[in-house]
Amino acid sequence: MLEKAYLIPLYPLFAFVVIIFFTRWKEKLSSYISISAILVGFIHAIFVMAAMIARHGEPLELSLPFIQHPSLTLETGIWIDPLTAVMLLVVTIVSSCVQIYSLGYMHGDPRWSRYFSYLSLFTFSMLGLVVANNFFMIFIFWELVGLTSYLLIGFWFEKDSASNAGKKAFITTRIGDLGFIIGILLLVAYTGTLNYQEVFAKVAEGAVPLGILTAIGIFIFCGAVGKSAQFPLHVWLPDAMEGPTPVSALIHAATMVAAGVYLVARSMSLFVGSVEASMVVATIGLITSFLAASIALVQNDIKRVLAYSTVSQLGYMIMALGLYGADVASDPHAHSVGYYAGTFHLMTHAFFKALLFLGAGSVIHAVHTNDIQEMGGLSKKMKITGITFFIASLSIAGIFPFSGFWSKDEIVVATLGHPIFMFFTLLIAFMTAFYMFRLCFLTFTGQPRNQDRFNHAHESPLSMTGPLMFLAFLSIFAGWVGLPWLSHGFSSFVYHGELQHHGPNYIMMLVSTLVAVSGIGLAYTVYYKKRISADAVMEKFKPLYTLLYNKYFIDEIYDRIIIKPTLALTRGMWWYDANVIDGLVNFTGWLTVKWADAKMWFDKYIVDGAVNGAGYICMAGAWLFKYIQSGSVQFYTLVIITGAVGVIIYRVTPGGFYYYLIGLVVVAVARLLAGMNRPHKVSVETEPEG
Amino acid sequence: MLQYLALAGILFAIGVFGVLTRRNAIGILMSLELMFNAVNINLVTFNKFIGPESLTGQIFAIFVIVIAAAEAVVGLAIVLLLYRNWQGIDIGKINIMKW
Repeated sequence: MLEKAYLIPLYPLFAFVVIIFFTRWKEKLSSYISISAILVGFIHAIFVMAAMIARHGEPLELSLPFIQHPSLTLETGIWIDPLTAVMLLVVTIVSSCVQIYSLGYMHGDPRWSRYFSYLSLFTFSMLGLVVANNFFMIFIFWELVGLTSYLLIGFWFEKDSASNAGKKAFITTRIGDLGFIIGILLLVAYTGTLNYQEVFAKVAEGAVPLGILTAIGIFIFCGAVGKSAQFPLHVWLPDAMEGPTPVSALIHAATMVAAGVYLVARSMSLFVGSVEASMVVATIGLITSFLAASIALVQNDIKRVLAYSTVSQLGYMIMALGLYGADVASDPHAHSVGYYAGTFHLMTHAFFKALLFLGAGSVIHAVHTNDIQEMGGLSKKMKITGITFFIASLSIAGIFPFSGFWSKDEIVVATLGHPIFMFFTLLIAFMTAFYMFRLCFLTFTGQPRNQDRFNHAHESPLSMTGPLMFLAFLSIFAGWVGLPWLSHGFSSFVYHGELQHHGPNYIMMLVSTLVAVSGIGLAYTVYYKKRISADAVMEKFKPLYTLLYNKYFIDEIYDRIIIKPTLALTRGMWWYDANVIDGLVNFTGWLTVKWADAKMWFDKYIVDGAVNGAGYICMAGAWLFKYIQSGSVQFYTLVIITGAVGVIIYRVTPGGFYYYLIGLVVVAVARLLAGMNRPHKVSVETEPEG
Repeated sequence: MLQYLALAGILFAIGVFGVLTRRNAIGILMSLELMFNAVNINLVTFNKFIGPESLTGQIFAIFVIVIAAAEAVVGLAIVLLLYRNWQGIDIGKINIMKW
């Protein structure tokens, strides 16, 4: 089964092709094909995981040359190591849940089959990205993920906001992808290969100068910045909420945004070569995490809160990975848990964030609004959704013993030795706990703030609550594979470099639990007990609130400094194009026409004139000389005799010939004059028949 | 000899005048005969006064008479056809070759 792991991405691809080409018209069948394909992939992924555990995480590489050239060989192949196995499992689980959930959520959608085919294509792209064994393949799948995210975010393209969000996601991530491909090209230039293991071996040998390595690291990280929605390219992700909610769950939990974190984890061997690159990664992660968490504090759209929560948690992972890179770069034998913490959090986060989004989808499905100010008290009507949402919130807040606790705790541990990072990490943990429970309390407890919507609310069907319960189970227990007391837990399975054993750090556990509990406590006081008025606090910190509510005005800043000038520039270009270039072209055309006119005139009057003129001259000559042809035999005879006499005269006296000619002319003129005076043809007409 | 030649010249001139001025086709043919005979007189005259020992001129004259007879036949046949087609033999009216 392990050797056949390349089939895992192909199942959903197969489903995509079948749905698009054959079963598009049979909606039920299409969705079942899609779901069964991903379930088969899920089962296969379990076997792969089992095989991977059985061989103690020893990686497997299968590859076929795709394009061979003396200077570079492009291959298609798979690289299965513990990280890949974990990702395969996470992606297939979340994707399965999302697809089953979509059966209920997308009920009655006119583009049902297309929706499932896109989901399959999306899953295929992500699975392909995970199993790729070289940078060439990962880039292809990377772009496929971008394409499918565009298709899915803009799935309800009738809505302007949705189609714009799709474009925004596509274009914003494309900026990062530019950096990514530059990084890849630099790698090829310095190592001459794209295969992960060969590249990493070359880098370890020192084939790439330090400065270049730093540049490569930062460029590749650019790709991750775009895909994983890191500052300053995080703006697309909150807008991506315009897509169907299950799609948001898929994008946010397992597929698209995880790709960036996965890329950084996969390229860790590059980052451990450069402290600077790693510190850039860590810093960007921290900034992103802090910005997003602070924005999430004040948002009122249930999906936006979750979106910023995602950005914040991704920042966490990126930061942990960056710190690991920095630690190892400065001391190859450093004891750092960052890599393990980042990847572990990637996994646990996938489950509870998928759960949160699907829960939010369930709520939206029930009340038909995204605004949490219009909800409240919903747990009475939606027991399963409410309970699972609370479980996920506890998990993301990092409460013992939910899975989020174990991974978040490791991230805090990873910041040991970086006091600033640690301070902000704890602050973010506090904010996370606060905003998540603000969300919970506002949505599910208290009195309904909009009675009308509350009355219409109802629990979602089993196809939606089933995945919720399954994910809730994972949100509690998935983290247990990484219990710090396990000697063969997650940390000794997914690791980079040499295997290190990390014992439990009780102080950090205590601190992070305290932080989380105090965050929840504050939210409880403000939004459940209402001891502190949220509005009063809001009034007091009005400027700060405005700043946060408007997301630090980053969209507006981009609009002002990038989009507006670009538009102005393009308008200028358009003007130039329309007036100068087109003017030139049109002027050339006009000139050609005029020139052709002139030539036509010349042709018509000069050339044709010459031709016709020759004809006219001939005709004129003929008109003149035709009178010679009188038809009268006697006249001809006269001419002959006159000519003969002329010849004789000329022979005898050449001088006399001219007198003869003059005489002839005189006679002819005299005859003509006489003929004119005579009534014409009188004789012919008056003569009697005879 | 001069008298003979003058006679021939006068005859020829009368013939030419006749050919040019007669309207009647028969008259033209007759005038042509005059011209033939003027030439015959010339031939005979030159034979008699320049080289009487040979008979070249005499023989030529006989040839001309024979040819003239043949020519008169053809000419009369044409005139006959003209008459049939134009109901007349006025040469002035027969101008189908006119432009």
